[in-house]
Amino acid sequence: MKELTEVQKMMLQKVADMAKMPTEGAYNLRLNGKGFVRHSSEHIDIVPKEDKPGIDIYVKEGTKGETVSIPVVIDQSGMDDLVYNDFHIADGCDVTIVAGCGIHNCGCDDSKHNGIHTFYVGKNCHVRYQEKHYGAGDGTGGRILDPQTVLYIGEGSEVYLDMSQIGGVDSTHRYTKCELDDGAELQILERLMTHGEQTADSEVDVFLNGVDSRCQITSRSVAKDASKQVFYPRVQGNNQCFGHVQCDSIIMGDAKVRSIPEISANHVDASLIHEAAIGKIAGEQILKLMTLGLDAEEAEQKILEGFLR
Amino acid sequence: MLELKNICFSAKGETGGVEILRNVDLTIPNGKFIVITGPNGGGKSTLAKVIMGVEKPTEGRIFLNGEDITDLSVTERARKGISYGFQAPPRFKGMKVSDLLSCAAGRTLSHDDGCKYLTQVGLCSREYIDRDVDTSLSGGELKRIEIATILAKGGNVMIFDEPEAGIDLWSFSRLTGTFESIHRNTDASIVIISHQERIIRLADEIIMVSDGRITEKGPVEEIFPKILANTTGACSYLEEA
Repeated sequence: MKELTEVQKMMLQKVADMAKMPTEGAYNLRLNGKGFVRHSSEHIDIVPKEDKPGIDIYVKEGTKGETVSIPVVIDQSGMDDLVYNDFHIADGCDVTIVAGCGIHNCGCDDSKHNGIHTFYVGKNCHVRYQEKHYGAGDGTGGRILDPQTVLYIGEGSEVYLDMSQIGGVDSTHRYTKCELDDGAELQILERLMTHGEQTADSEVDVFLNGVDSRCQITSRSVAKDASKQVFYPRVQGNNQCFGHVQCDSIIMGDAKVRSIPEISANHVDASLIHEAAIGKIAGEQILKLMTLGLDAEEAEQKILEGFLR
Repeated sequence: MLELKNICFSAKGETGGVEILRNVDLTIPNGKFIVITGPNGGGKSTLAKVIMGVEKPTEGRIFLNGEDITDLSVTERARKGISYGFQAPPRFKGMKVSDLLSCAAGRTLSHDDGCKYLTQVGLCSREYIDRDVDTSLSGGELKRIEIATILAKGGNVMIFDEPEAGIDLWSFSRLTGTFESIHRNTDASIVIISHQERIIRLADEIIMVSDGRITEKGPVEEIFPKILANTTGACSYLEEA
């Protein structure tokens, strides 16, 4: 098997908690714009697309307790990678999808990855989707990530999206769209940290189309230095449904944050709530941790760690 | 031993400086259980904050075991063994009770160790150890977790600012038991700001603070009757009732 460099291994660890590639189960590692290694399992088939870059992932009906990992690593400066990954999850599955992307840029050209993920989730499934984005490298070239995640969630299915950008990404524009059928449930947890001159914006559209569909969107972000963030979580209730949007941002230094949650109801039995808060770390929180023996810097770090967990 | 010598503290008011503490002299020997009581606005909480370093005295010096700590920061005082339980503890989104207890202990606590401190303050440890210290906790729960952090931190001077506030009657007796147990099992000085008779009765010594001064000082049996007399005597409505 082809060997990964130490930098590639480090990036893989950061975004997919993998110290090395797995030896069993379903996985696909994309490295510098090409498939590096791919493996299907008995219940999960990974098939390369023929008409465009990317893969189709087929999870067979009734698959339980399996994980499919599809991390992306870019360590070539100047790389502009666009990939389409489609997930076809049949009825009654219980699966975890790990899909991180790490860009390590030591050069002067921008490195960019656009991952377009579309999920077709059948009925009565449990799906957990974990996506970590991370940038590193001391080059002057940008590290740019513009992911799109689109989900069609079938009747009675529950989907949990855990999406985080843990640092080092210079520019990101995220778009997430979800359509929910009867009794479907969606939870989104988005965590984002920006520093330096970084910019991040995240748009989310959730359409609660099915009767008794539910969603909870939680966004937690920290904007440091002169970075800028914009959030547009939008929930539309088109049936008897429940939706809750909660955006919390900690602002530091000269950062700028805009938070614009929107809820719209097109049905008399739609119940929708939104909350948004932006503020600096409360002085009392720092003080409390200082009375426990932490200095101000350690206290701040501890508070941010918890907030973004 | 904690010594306060001639402590004064002024805050800026609308019409200039307002004296909150006036020439306070106080010595708290190791292992003593002291309750500071007195009317609202008398300077009790400010006194506690001055000891912790949250407020800097405008005059006077503070000594801990003979060392002048007046110019030390909150962190430095905490590391030297002063602990301080907030009257209104802050909440932390995303921080778990176990994280806060570990921060207090200065090491990663095992699950069992963390639970031990929660049990001491009357919380079902299994239910709380993995909870976030956020708005999902009631005021009373938060207050008990605050006390647990002081137990986890330990120290040679433990200050609690109105620990009973917000705690229900059922948990209150356990709380007084916890204070008795700390007093019995450690050499720490315990300083509690309280208006609660059951806490006041636990003290080795009561200190009355009023109008920024220590007005009375002595054992419970001597001071408590005076407190009661002053409480009703100062209020004509109570007298009539």
